[in-house]
Amino acid sequence: MNELIEAVPYLGKRHPRLTKWLIIIVALVAPLIAAYFGRSWMRILDFALLYMMLALGLNLVVGFAGLLDLGYIAFYAVGAYTWAFLASPHFGVHMPFWIVLPLGAAFAALAGIILGFPVLRLRGDYLAIVTLGFGEIVRIFMNNLNHPVNITNGPQGINALDSLNLFGWNLAQSLSFGDFKIHYLYLYYYFFLLCVVGSIVFIKRLQISRVGRAWAAMRDDELAAKAIGINVRNMKLLAFSLGATFGGVAGGLFGSFQGFVSPESFSLMESIAVLTMVVFGGMGNIAGAIVGALILTALPEILRNIALPVQEALFGTVILDPEVLRMLLLSLAMILMMLLRPAGLVPAHARYSRPELLKGGA
Amino acid sequence: MIKLLEARGVGKRFGGLTALSDVSLSINKGEVYGLIGPNGAGKTTFFNVLTGAYIPDDGEFVFNGTELPTGKPHLVVKQGIARTFQNIRLFGQLTALENVMAGHHIRTKAGLWGILTQSKHAIEEERLTTERAFELLKYVGIERFAHTICKSLSYGDQRRLEIARALASEPQLLALDEPAAGMNATETSQLKVLIEQIRHDGITVLLIEHDVKLVMGLCDRVAVLDFGKKIAEDVPAVVQKNEAVISAYLGGPKHAH
Repeated sequence: MNELIEAVPYLGKRHPRLTKWLIIIVALVAPLIAAYFGRSWMRILDFALLYMMLALGLNLVVGFAGLLDLGYIAFYAVGAYTWAFLASPHFGVHMPFWIVLPLGAAFAALAGIILGFPVLRLRGDYLAIVTLGFGEIVRIFMNNLNHPVNITNGPQGINALDSLNLFGWNLAQSLSFGDFKIHYLYLYYYFFLLCVVGSIVFIKRLQISRVGRAWAAMRDDELAAKAIGINVRNMKLLAFSLGATFGGVAGGLFGSFQGFVSPESFSLMESIAVLTMVVFGGMGNIAGAIVGALILTALPEILRNIALPVQEALFGTVILDPEVLRMLLLSLAMILMMLLRPAGLVPAHARYSRPELLKGGA
Repeated sequence: MIKLLEARGVGKRFGGLTALSDVSLSINKGEVYGLIGPNGAGKTTFFNVLTGAYIPDDGEFVFNGTELPTGKPHLVVKQGIARTFQNIRLFGQLTALENVMAGHHIRTKAGLWGILTQSKHAIEEERLTTERAFELLKYVGIERFAHTICKSLSYGDQRRLEIARALASEPQLLALDEPAAGMNATETSQLKVLIEQIRHDGITVLLIEHDVKLVMGLCDRVAVLDFGKKIAEDVPAVVQKNEAVISAYLGGPKHAH
């Protein structure tokens, strides 16, 4: 939370308490504001929260442990397909979320370990290439496992996934109290918000523990980390599997929210997009991942909403497809970022200890 | 005298190059043991083999009566051997305090569950780690930089910090790889006081050093390596007069290559 407060320009340093309440209030009323501009913006907000979870998880792997992972979206896919297998008409299985989500997380963690073992000795570029390959392997499996036995339904994907059902309370149905109706997108928003807050708390606790320090040590100097007694192998596997867990949960939520999964959603571009969020926001700190995810989810949509009418007004037709424009703007944002603020929008002030535990010291 | 560490016929080759051959030596509890030799004599290789960074081709190390595991640095630290590096290797993005806390890792146990639920035990362990790390910073005299990112410390202070980090693993044997390298005379004499203090507090020190004055003034015994072989081992005054040592350092008929 403190990192997030400090990330707010101007106000954050001068009035931390005020800023804290501002952040909380904005987080709570954001969907109401979005609703004013239309349903599609509420949907975008919901996706922003999912991307926050992904960015938080990837930040743990890349930012804290220093393991460049270009195939992170594979864990998202594992989570989403777990939901699709266990809560959809595809196999006719409809398990409750409190079984499917943890299972998705566990499968993703397992996938993280499976990826982790062969890449233990790799670093930097080599690690990036192998993880990239891993991400593609998972996607291609999803794409082709419809023959001879139909498991994933191939490129068509799986339809009509169960929505989130919290012990009989279906989040996909709008709540109504007489005339007063709460749209289901709100319900999903607050549920996702809860998940994101939970993720932040967990990751923060890890960061300021012996595990967080061990990761940072390994990232800063692997040889020295070994020499002071850190079991680098275990710590790497832990980072991969824990990072993957967040991806798995986010994937499950994605499946339930979207109601549909197909291999297309888990392409290399998605991995890169999440990595861009982490780098854009500022590697190695929680606030960076959140700010990066929020901006990079919302910005292309805002620009798209502006770019389309502007193009039509100027040229009479749409010359640049929004999707092309999105990539263009993303890359432009990255280049500007690297030139102007190479440490990211929120440069890491990440701490890995709690100095307040010192009695009277410093 | 109790033997703390014994090297038995340790050998290490890199391809055709013999970095260490048949090196045997023993270090007694409570002494400062110097390891000297010209550049490329195999001193640092000896450190790397001892601390598990390299796997020896021959021989073994016996520490406190048990054989040391090879190729598993974290287990060697657990047994009670800590080291520093010739070229300082700190964790750049951590503060001085956090560097020392990271050094305490092997002596702490909190698991994932304890950390995520912030169990009483985990918090208490964290508090002890923090306090102990701060004590160690005081011990080496840099507690005023506890919350400074270690990269911005002065060179001499970084050396001290590395020693504090090594001490945080609660070693019985502290292996220092050229701790005085790049230090000026004042810093070196302060370092000497620190190493004497460490010995006084019951930790055995293994010291690689080029600074002859420091070695001669500090060490109880000295071994000399040359081309991977031990050519002398004795008290400093005797080693200083040893013919083989003098010719190794200054060049002599035996070493006319």
